[in-house]
Amino acid sequence: MVDIVRRRYLYFGISLLVIIPGFVALLIWGLPLAIDFTGGSLLQVRFETGTLPPPDAVRQIYDEFGFIDSLIQTSGNDAIIVRTKHMEDSTKVQIVDEMEKQFGGPITVDRYETVGPSIGQEVALRAAGAVALAALGIMLYITFAFRGVEHAFRYGISAIIAMLHDVFVVIGVEAILGQFLGWEVDALFLTALLTVIGFSVHDTIVVFDRIRENSNIYRRLPYETVVNHSIVQTLVRSINTQLTVMFTLLALVIFGGVTIRHFVLILLVGVLSGTYSSIFNAAPILVVWENREWRNWFRPKKSSESLA
Amino acid sequence: MKRYRTLIVIVLILVVAIWVDLPNNPGIHLGEYNRNIDTRLGLDLVGGVQALLEADLPEGEQPTPENMGTAKTIVENRVNGLTGVTEALVQLAGNNRIVVEVPGAQDPEQAIATIKETGLLEFVHMGSNPLPEGTFVQTDFGQTGDPIPQPTSTGEPGAVTPTPSDQLLHTVMTGETLKTVNVQRNQAGQYVIDFTLSPEGTKTFGDYTSQNIGQFLGIVLDKQVISAPRVNDAITEGQGVITGGFTSESANSLAIQLRYGSLPIPLKVVTSQTVGPTLGQDSLRKSLIAGFIGLSVVILFMSLYYRLPGVIADLALIVYALITFALFKLIPVTLTLPGIAGFVLSIGVAVDANILIFERLKEELRSGRTLRQAIDLGWARAWPSIRDSNLSTLITCAILFWFGSTFGASIVKGFSFTLAIGVLVSMFTAIIVTRNFLHVVLDNIELARHLRLFGL
Repeated sequence: MVDIVRRRYLYFGISLLVIIPGFVALLIWGLPLAIDFTGGSLLQVRFETGTLPPPDAVRQIYDEFGFIDSLIQTSGNDAIIVRTKHMEDSTKVQIVDEMEKQFGGPITVDRYETVGPSIGQEVALRAAGAVALAALGIMLYITFAFRGVEHAFRYGISAIIAMLHDVFVVIGVEAILGQFLGWEVDALFLTALLTVIGFSVHDTIVVFDRIRENSNIYRRLPYETVVNHSIVQTLVRSINTQLTVMFTLLALVIFGGVTIRHFVLILLVGVLSGTYSSIFNAAPILVVWENREWRNWFRPKKSSESLA
Repeated sequence: MKRYRTLIVIVLILVVAIWVDLPNNPGIHLGEYNRNIDTRLGLDLVGGVQALLEADLPEGEQPTPENMGTAKTIVENRVNGLTGVTEALVQLAGNNRIVVEVPGAQDPEQAIATIKETGLLEFVHMGSNPLPEGTFVQTDFGQTGDPIPQPTSTGEPGAVTPTPSDQLLHTVMTGETLKTVNVQRNQAGQYVIDFTLSPEGTKTFGDYTSQNIGQFLGIVLDKQVISAPRVNDAITEGQGVITGGFTSESANSLAIQLRYGSLPIPLKVVTSQTVGPTLGQDSLRKSLIAGFIGLSVVILFMSLYYRLPGVIADLALIVYALITFALFKLIPVTLTLPGIAGFVLSIGVAVDANILIFERLKEELRSGRTLRQAIDLGWARAWPSIRDSNLSTLITCAILFWFGSTFGASIVKGFSFTLAIGVLVSMFTAIIVTRNFLHVVLDNIELARHLRLFGL
């Protein structure tokens, strides 16, 4: 039988290999927050003539209206996206008029968003609150659902650790890709993150549920064996579910529109990480806890078996 | 026989779902009850404007829930009065915000300006024919060539669609002349509204009422009739009473409208979002194609890997998709791009329950159980996993929904709602529908000898 539990430190290591670069990216570059959280305005206009004006000319118009820190991005070959501080609707109308005058030809506003500065902060705070609340709710539920098992709260906490693993993976990937692909953390990203949390726990529970069942059947076997047995029994299911979810998400990435590509890719990363963490992190953590292995972590090792 | 009864119920549900899903569904029209069944598309798909309004009060002051409720009603009336608007959505968000969504708004700046404007309360002369409540009227006050609001239904099912009145009504005076408005009970114990007028209003009103006893005086808010009381006496002292079979509720709501024809609290726009119509159309088409492809791949995978049960799970999956979509139309759920993504994702999750069950089924078969036993045991053993894992997803959905509601982030709200519906329906289809189909198939074909069909 495949022995996943025995190699647990290897799998923890693989997790760290993914998480640490993300953390470093987060420390260096930070998260690219969208105006949903920072406040500000975003204007996406399309030039019907099909020719884009030079970005500097656009910037100059914004400068004239007192928005000296405008960020200008091209989108496709006939549209630009401009991000600025919060502005009034009337200013926007004037700016669009000015662009039409200077660059000739009609301009269509494809998208315009404006978020007041104070509300952005409130949204960010509330978002963090939502994640914390979700974690708490799920932990309480698991502890309740596993109340018949010894150390029920361990299951809750291990599930939360695996969930945090996925949150870190997703945020780290976002920090790295945000730097290179210009992705932004917006309300949609947050939705994806919360969905990943739900999925991650969903997956973990399936494995834990098997452990719960097996601990009653194989009372004489060592805990480690029971856990490994349970992981292996649910392995096919984990992989198959992962596959079906991936099929649908991949279809969305490949054939879906550009508008949700970022959202779907984040989901894909998170779902992959969620399956990994429930097999290779969540259940092995239970074993680490049962054996209180942390007592040996910092001692000189006699045998390398536990680190294999 | 119980099996066939369940099957009949499933088929009935399915027939209703398919009927609702029909693209040209005629809607339900039974006597007084009228209800159209359409797919509602969100702003990101059809274009339009969304604004989050916040009570603009001094630091530390909170608006009362009554005031917010009144403000919401007024904003709702105004938005529905905009030209070309049919499915505007106005909702309270948190305790000091209002979300306004106007799909397909032609002129977003105009829309937002109209919302923020203070309303206009007029008293108009109606002669001897009172117009019913809700009628849009034209008055001779402030005729500056502004577009006259077009009649629109208020969106409530079963509401009587007001018909417009073509005649131009004379405005006697505006709401500015009202000084105080109160709800009282008269000697007979009926609810009445008493009001006092400014000196100027006293004169105008005195002149009008003494000449028009027995005629009807229409009270019009933003060109829409809210009440049409009859003038019983000449009112020259600048104070009067409106009677008319009010309940405590209707009297209070009329009093509020009289008092605050303008908004009870000032509102400011804290966020607004405008989406051009072209951007969404393309995304919608692409996401639907993607959904179809995703679904097909999943169906193929299930039937290849799990054989006969897989094919049955595929049938259940199609039932799932049909029921879920019917629910979207019935509730109705506004479909947004992330909502569609949530739906597509839930297809993947919906199969999970069946995968869990089938893996169990195989295990039971391997350990030598008969097919029937294995099916029942597979379901029974997989149930705790399905229950616990889906409940945790529902917990997340609830928290997302709450988060979305406080900020009018309808995209987040829509996503969590569609996902939650998906989870609930998938539990029904995976557990009841698949199992029932499987048993029915077993009843009719000698399958016990063909374990190969179960992938063993």
